[in-house]
Amino acid sequence: MSKHVVVIGGGVAGLEAAGRLSKVGFEVSLLEKEDKTGGHLNNWYKLFPDRRSSSEVNEYLDRISINGQVKLLTNTTIEKFSRNKTNLTILTNNGEELVADAVIVATGFDLFKSSRKEEYGYGIYDNVITSAELEEMFWKNNIALVNGKEPEKIGIVHCVGSRDEKVGNLYCSKLCCVTAVKQAIEIREYLPESKVFCFYMDMRMGGAYYEELYREAQEKWGVSFIRGKVSEAGESFDNKLVIKVEDTLAGRPLKMELDMLVLMAGMEMSEGGKKIAALGGLNTGENKFFAAADHHFGSNVSNVEGVFYAGTCTAPMNITETISHARAAVSEVMEYLKDDRK
Amino acid sequence: MGKFGFTISKGRQIDYDSNDRSIAAYIFEREPSFRLCIECGGCSATCTTGNLTKFSLRELNILIKRGENDQVRESIGKCMLCGKCTLVCPRGVNTRNIVSLAKKAFQLTDGYAI
Ligand SMILES: Cc1cc2nc3c(=O)[nH]c(=O)nc-3n(C[C@H](O)[C@H](O)[C@H](O)COP(=O)(O)OP(=O)(O)OC[C@H]3O[C@@H](n4cnc5c(N)ncnc54)[C@H](O)[C@@H]3O)c2cc1C
Ligand code: SF4
Ligand code: SF4
Ligand code: SF4
Repeated sequence: MSKHVVVIGGGVAGLEAAGRLSKVGFEVSLLEKEDKTGGHLNNWYKLFPDRRSSSEVNEYLDRISINGQVKLLTNTTIEKFSRNKTNLTILTNNGEELVADAVIVATGFDLFKSSRKEEYGYGIYDNVITSAELEEMFWKNNIALVNGKEPEKIGIVHCVGSRDEKVGNLYCSKLCCVTAVKQAIEIREYLPESKVFCFYMDMRMGGAYYEELYREAQEKWGVSFIRGKVSEAGESFDNKLVIKVEDTLAGRPLKMELDMLVLMAGMEMSEGGKKIAALGGLNTGENKFFAAADHHFGSNVSNVEGVFYAGTCTAPMNITETISHARAAVSEVMEYLKDDRK
Repeated sequence: MGKFGFTISKGRQIDYDSNDRSIAAYIFEREPSFRLCIECGGCSATCTTGNLTKFSLRELNILIKRGENDQVRESIGKCMLCGKCTLVCPRGVNTRNIVSLAKKAFQLTDGYAI
């Protein structure tokens, strides 16, 4: 009889893991709390570093999971999660009981809620938006202010909700610098007359072809980079946004009027993940993400036997890393279930 | 040619080995958060004094750490100790206490208050 693996969360990580597992012959149930799979990928328009369409990655993920005959349960979350002697029992919100030989948790991340950084005026001023909302505008092929006009001067604020003791997140979300660069290029491409300014503390371009994209933003698109943490955003009499920052390289405070401000919201442990952690007694770290058994050689392994992790529920990752991590989780499950050792 | 370049840059160099970093050491010991500054400029952007006159707490931090004490002496008196900067610092640096401690340290070495 083939063994049953339950994957919780149908984002990039969950789809990749579920698809691969079913390809190698496991019976797989994939639980997704929303009405469709894809997770955050559904929100992004074009992807860094090569700016391909996100739909291509989504199609790949659908192909691998559907071909593999994964049993997909959408609108499904978990009410109970317990480890028994030889298996794990999961009770869904729809009253279904699933008995699993192994579980992969792939509950992903939540975007930092930008209203928590009150000083940036998100939710107060009309044209302060998040990186995710800018992606929505790209999807609609319409980058516009609330009054319908095209923005001429756009500021991008790095590190919103990351590297910030004030909101309790000490870590770097790792992807928002390159997202800022990618989005700056896309804005310039869409609005050739516009001016784009990135306000950063450090440019963290540690991924394949990230630094090249940064160079392209400077060279080809004339994006300006100003080193300083924006301390606050306000509004002028004529409804322009005004930001305050120290241009730390010039050593002087700088004031600038902008039409639009885009906040690079960071990644946090998802609420869905927190719930699973509480239900299943899974350890979380100081950064609130799931704490894997070992940083170097156990990044898929949890503190509960038979439960493994895949993707950004353990740390910020890009899609490439998420897919690799999911495959590694599959290999852990295969080894764990390879014989009837129990 | 090479020699020429060396002579002009000399006067502007931070002479790290000879500089007196005892003020920094005094602060490190009493306010460990001083080590956490990443020079982001959040404090100096929000500082009222810094927006009106040539004064930057961020710059002050680095000058103290490098032992460029004369420059620090020149500007530290401008801080009003209002604490606005502490509210924005992403690294939780106790900025106000750094200024107070620096002033105290200068008083101990110089023999008079700034
Ligand atoms: C602004 C931004 C732009 C980005 N752009 C790119 C890019 O261009 N290129 C790139 O490589 N990477 C990009 N990334 C990173 C990329 O989004 C992630 O690598 C990827 O989405 C991670 O997939 P995941 O499956 O781990 O998490 P998620 O996408 O968060 O998926 C998790 C899934 O689990 C579900 N779930 C959560 N809790 C439960 C629960 N309790 N029960 C059931 N289901 C649950 C969620 O509904 C969701 O569908 C970007 C990230 C951000 C923040
Ligand atoms: S990746 Fe860049 S913007 Fe994101 S948290 Fe790290 S330094 Fe800040
Ligand atoms: S405490 Fe000093 S440095 Fe900080 S904001 Fe007030 S005047 Fe500026
Ligand atoms: S806000 Fe904090 S970390 Fe940033 S320069 Fe000022 S003291 Fe340093």
